[in-house]
Amino acid sequence: METIDRGVVLSSAASQTRNKRAPGIRADNTAKFVFLMPTVLIILLLSIFPLVSSLLLSFSRVNFVRGGLDIQFVGFANYEKLLFGSGQRHFIGSLQAPSLIGWIFMLLASGLMLYWLVRYAQSRERRVVGAFFRLLAAIITLGLCWIVVATLGDRGVPGTLVVTLIFVFVGVSMQYLIGLGLALLLVQDLPGKRFFRVIFLLPMTITPVGIGFLFRMMTDTSVGPFAPAWVAFGLKDFSWVDTGSGARVAVLIGDIWQWIPFMFIVLLAALEGIAQDQVEAARVDGANRLQMFRHIVLPQIAPVSLTVILIRLIEAFKIIDMPRLLTGGGPGTATESMALHAYNEWRSPNLGGSAALSYLLLFVVTFVATMFVNTVRQKIVERL
Amino acid sequence: MTRLFAKSANPFRLSLGVKLISYAILLFWTFVVLFPLYWLFVTSFKLPIDVSEGPKYVPTVDFQPSLHAWQGMLGSTDSANIFWRPYGMTIIVGVTSAVVALIIGSGAAYALTRFEYHPKPALIFTFIVCGALAAVLIALKVPWLVAVAVGVAIFFLLAQGIGRRFKGTMGNSDIAFWLISQRILPPVTVIIPIYILFQQFGMLDTPQALIIAYCAANLPIVIWFMRDYFQSIPVELEESAFIDGASRFKAFHRIVLPLSMPGLIATFLIVLVFSWNEYTMALFLSGARTQTMPLLVSAQNATRGPQWWNISVLVLLMVSPLVLMAVVLERYIAKGLLIGAVKG
Repeated sequence: METIDRGVVLSSAASQTRNKRAPGIRADNTAKFVFLMPTVLIILLLSIFPLVSSLLLSFSRVNFVRGGLDIQFVGFANYEKLLFGSGQRHFIGSLQAPSLIGWIFMLLASGLMLYWLVRYAQSRERRVVGAFFRLLAAIITLGLCWIVVATLGDRGVPGTLVVTLIFVFVGVSMQYLIGLGLALLLVQDLPGKRFFRVIFLLPMTITPVGIGFLFRMMTDTSVGPFAPAWVAFGLKDFSWVDTGSGARVAVLIGDIWQWIPFMFIVLLAALEGIAQDQVEAARVDGANRLQMFRHIVLPQIAPVSLTVILIRLIEAFKIIDMPRLLTGGGPGTATESMALHAYNEWRSPNLGGSAALSYLLLFVVTFVATMFVNTVRQKIVERL
Repeated sequence: MTRLFAKSANPFRLSLGVKLISYAILLFWTFVVLFPLYWLFVTSFKLPIDVSEGPKYVPTVDFQPSLHAWQGMLGSTDSANIFWRPYGMTIIVGVTSAVVALIIGSGAAYALTRFEYHPKPALIFTFIVCGALAAVLIALKVPWLVAVAVGVAIFFLLAQGIGRRFKGTMGNSDIAFWLISQRILPPVTVIIPIYILFQQFGMLDTPQALIIAYCAANLPIVIWFMRDYFQSIPVELEESAFIDGASRFKAFHRIVLPLSMPGLIATFLIVLVFSWNEYTMALFLSGARTQTMPLLVSAQNATRGPQWWNISVLVLLMVSPLVLMAVVLERYIAKGLLIGAVKG
C-alpha cells in the first residue's frame, strides 16, 4: 500500500491556483459544465426530487385508483399516528417503567449531556445559535435514550425504532472491534497473510439476501449444522430464533459476519500506512505493546477509524434484507427494522405512512450521523 | 512491512508464542468465514430428505450427493426462465449501471478537483421549490409535461431576480459534500416517488429503470473515491498537454484516466458489488421480466418452506464471479476503500 504523496497533492493545489491566472490555458467553460452537469441532473432527478415528493407524500393519504393515484392532504396525521396514535406500539414500542440498569443508564446519559452543555457554555466560542442547537440535540438524544430504556425494561416491548438502534450500535461496534483485532493480527509479519486477507474478504461479496438464508440454516436448532450441540444441551425443540432477543442476536450475527470484512480491510490498509520511524523510536525507548498501541497506533488510525464507523453507521440504519429473510421481522416485531417497517407499510398499501416512516428514519440517521461527527469525532481527534 | 507487535530481541522475528496465538486466532476466524460457505456448498448437493433428516456434514460419507438442485437450476428445459434470465439481467444491470456511474461520476469528480464552482444557494433553493411545485401539479392531475414546463418557466423568471439579489455562494467542497450526503438517504425514503415516476413513464419492470436507479445510488461513492484519486495526480501533466494543444476532454481521456486505473478498478468493483447484490430497490422496481438474482434467491422461500438446495446453488453461482474478481483484485479494493475513508 503506497501512501499518497503529500508533496504531490500540495503542489497540485498550488498549481491549480496558478492555473487560473496563467495565460494560454483555454477557456474551460464547456468542460466545466459537461463534466459536472450529468451528475447534478441525475442526483436532482433521482434523489432531490424523490426526497421532496416523499416529504409531500408523508403529509398525505394515497390511494391507488384506476389510471393513477388519488392523493389527499392530511397534514401531520401520518406522523401523529406513528408517534402518538395507533402506530406507536409498532414504531416506538410499549413504554414501561425502565429497570434499574435503565435508570442508571439514563442518569449517566443525562449527566453526560449536562456536562457537554456546561462545557460549551463556558467555552470562548459560545453563541446563541450554537447553544440552541446543542440544547435541542441534547433533548433529542435524551428522548431517544428514554425510549430505549423504557422499551427494553422488564415489561416494555421495543418497537422498530429501538430495534434499528440496537442493530446499528451493537452491530457497528462489534464489526469495528473484531475488524480491528483481525487487522492488528494480520499487520504482523506472518507468512501466508495474503491468503488470510483474501479469505476474510469473502463475506462482503455475498448478497445480503443469501446471507439471510444462510444464517437461517446455520441457526436452525433441529437440522442446522450445530444441531448436535443444541441436542446435547437439551434444547432440541427450543428454537432460540423464536424468542425476541434470540432472533435479534441471529440477525446481528449475520450482519456482523457480513460487514467485518469492510472494517477489516480498511483498517488493515491504514495500519500498514503507519509511519515506521515512530514505531522504531518507540521500540528503542522500550515501550510495551499496550503503550505502543495507545500512543502511536491509535492516534494514527483514529481518523480512518472514525470515517469507516461513520460510513457503516449510515449504511447500517438501512438494514432490511437480513431481518426480512432471516426472521421476517418476527417474532412479533422483535427484529423489524425501520426500513422493513416502511416496506411493510408500502405493501399494505399505506404509501403516506410509509413515507412518513422513512422520513423519520432519515431524521434519525441524520441526527445520529451529525452528533457523531460533531461530538464524538471532534472530541477524539482533539484528544489524540 | 510493519512489525508493530513484535517485541522480541531480534526485530525481524516474531516470538514463537505470539506467532502461535496469532495463527490460532486467524485459523479460527478462517473457520468462521469458511464454514457457512462450506455449508452452502454441501447443501447444494443435498436432496430435500437429506436436509430434513438433520445435519449431514460430508458428502458420500453421511449422505449421497445429488445434482438435482444444480440440474433444476441449470439443466432443465425451462431453466431459461428460472435461472438464466435473472442471471443475465443481473449481469446487464450490474455492469451497465456500474460503468455508467463510473463514467459520469469520474467526470464530476475530475471537475470538482480541477475547476472552481460557485453555485448560489438561493438559486438552488428556488429550483427545488419549483420542482416541488411541479410535483404538486402532477399530483393534482395536471399532465406532467405541462407541470414540468410551468416549473421550469417559473424557475427562470425567479432566477433573474434572485441571482442578482442574493450574493451568497458555495464552493466545491460544498458540492462534494452535497453529493456524498445522498448516501445518507435510505432507499425506502426515495423509492416510492421513484416508483411513481417510473410508473408515470411506463418504465416499471424494465432494465433501464434499474440501471438508472442504481446509477444514481452509486454516483456518490464513485465521486467520493475518484475525487481523492484525481487530486493525487499532478496537474503539471495536464498542463503540458494543454501547451501541446490538447483539449480538456482529451487530457482527461488520455492522461488522467489511464493514470488512475487502479482507483477506477477498485471503484468499479465496489460499485459492481453494490448493484449486483442490491435488493431493496429491485424489490420495488422490477417485476417478472426484470427479476434480478437477489429477488430470485428470496423467491425460493416458497409455501413449502425455503428450498435450501436451490438457494445454495443460486448463491454460489451468484457469488463466484465476484469472489474471483475479489481474489484477483484484492489489493485495489483495499486501496480504493482506504482513499475514500481517509479523505471522506
